[in-house]
Amino acid sequence: MSTLGFCDLSIAYDGDSAVSGFNNLVNSGEWLCLIGPNGAGKSSVLRAAAGLVKYSGSVAIDQNEIPATSAKWRAQNIAYVPQTPLIPEDMTVYEYVLLGRNPHIKHFASETKQDVDVIEKVMTRLDLTRFAHRMVGTLSGGERQRLVIARALAQEAPVLLLDEPTAALDIGHQQQALELVDVLRRERGLTVVSAMHDLTLAGLYADRLVLMHQGVCVASGSAQSVLCSETLAEFYGVSARVHHEPDGTVVVIPQRSSSN
Amino acid sequence: MFTQGRGHSVLWFSLSGLLVVCAMLFGVMIGPAGPTWWRVPLELMNRMPFISIDSGVSKVDWNIVWMIRAPRVVLAAIVGATLSVSGASYQGVFRNPLVDPYLLGVASGAGLGATLVFAFRGNQPSTWLIDPLPLASFCGALVAVFITYTVGTSFGRARSTVALVLAGVAVTSLATAIQTFILQRNNDVIRQVFSWVLGRLSSATWGDVRLVLPYVLVSTIVLLLHRRLLDVLRVGDDEAIALGVNIRRVRLTVVLAATLGTAAVVAVSGLIGFVGIIVPHAVRLIAGSSYRKVLPLSVLLGAAFLVAADIPSRILADPAETPIGVVTAFFGAPFFLILLRTRKNL
Repeated sequence: MSTLGFCDLSIAYDGDSAVSGFNNLVNSGEWLCLIGPNGAGKSSVLRAAAGLVKYSGSVAIDQNEIPATSAKWRAQNIAYVPQTPLIPEDMTVYEYVLLGRNPHIKHFASETKQDVDVIEKVMTRLDLTRFAHRMVGTLSGGERQRLVIARALAQEAPVLLLDEPTAALDIGHQQQALELVDVLRRERGLTVVSAMHDLTLAGLYADRLVLMHQGVCVASGSAQSVLCSETLAEFYGVSARVHHEPDGTVVVIPQRSSSN
Repeated sequence: MFTQGRGHSVLWFSLSGLLVVCAMLFGVMIGPAGPTWWRVPLELMNRMPFISIDSGVSKVDWNIVWMIRAPRVVLAAIVGATLSVSGASYQGVFRNPLVDPYLLGVASGAGLGATLVFAFRGNQPSTWLIDPLPLASFCGALVAVFITYTVGTSFGRARSTVALVLAGVAVTSLATAIQTFILQRNNDVIRQVFSWVLGRLSSATWGDVRLVLPYVLVSTIVLLLHRRLLDVLRVGDDEAIALGVNIRRVRLTVVLAATLGTAAVVAVSGLIGFVGIIVPHAVRLIAGSSYRKVLPLSVLLGAAFLVAADIPSRILADPAETPIGVVTAFFGAPFFLILLRTRKNL
């Protein structure tokens, strides 16, 4: 159980500003979803929190600022699942999940019995045990997504970052993956931050949405308040109807611009 | 359920160890002069504590075995082990299945460094406290790997696999050109350098073994310590960082260690190609691709491979020696071509 705080986070690539002055506090156990058009800076925020890009400002776990030099401490607290994970085809599923234990293993040491126990639990929980000795390259898209989440869980970090977790999946597997994240979040009290393009799914699973545009947070709040057709038209340049279901679900329906 | 792989690897480690012992035993048994082959193992047993066997090996014969064959076999084992483990480490750290100490230009850089030593010191033996040969090789090798890496990775991720190899080829050509130029200016050392370039295992002494052993031990131990981290690097720089790896430090340490080992063995054995690529890939075929197994098994099988390759090099063109580099290239070049053909997504 940990909070994740961003304070005046700014990121620039070769002098071009990608994110400027991003502030947010993600509560313990909360699921925050970053939305916004391509290039809005969603991935950059996640990559900064994972320590992959240089930034100014600070990222803090439970009010403790993450020191720029301690990759290990960061990895013990933040697990990051990239949009397209680089999967070495000829690695076994077990070996791949084991990589998640790296932040807990001393530089030159090997994993202990305890690390193996964690791996076995995670693999059992995610139903990967029967694949343990399969080559990673032989898994399907949905299985791969589960595999990468398993590696992230093996880190036992209280914060989970997901960059476009459903990008490569069909609608059924999208739902399965997000359901899985949601269940795991509740089981383990994970704080989840994800970047997503599918607004309906984002609104369905996240507690709170943050809409980003040109590197700045322009709206924040529940799906009902953030997802409205004027806002979407302004920042996405999209013509869409927003439909509110009686149960609170918000559905975004794109419209053709010319009615013929 | 997860320990299924363990019995497997114990089997492979014992088999590889056995192979090393067998290869080395054959290595000391075979040779143009000296005792009949079957007497050698008897004499070896005789020399163990508490065992006494009359092997019928004379003092002169034993000297041939101990002073000529044994250092050669031990040196071949050291060189093979080092080239293989360095090759596997380069492959891991550059995430590139095609590199080895030779294709990266490391070996020719080391060769250039060593040639400079020969050229400056002429035919005089070293009067220095520490033989400058390995150090000069190391410097040459470091410069070479630095240039190859800088140029080869400046093309962006997508094409860097092949770019790295091409950069290595260019660096190799440059180093060889400079080497040739220096040799032309220093005619007196040409013979020395050429016999060295083609591999000097044939004239190995215990002195050579003592010369390389410290460097090789440091290099191999450092590389083996990184075996788990090399597995983490396989998921790419970004994810490795996100998993808490200080990739700059790991990469630098592994490259330095592999280069040190390569340079040291090149300094005593000359240029012996392809070992660093054949052996690790053969290991991957039998034991899987995890560096936890690839590195230690490469040490063992690399040693066995080079000791074995040295045997035909002694008897093929008897009484002359076939340079061992010729033997390894004879097996290695086709292997490399097959690898190019069959590896997907390079």
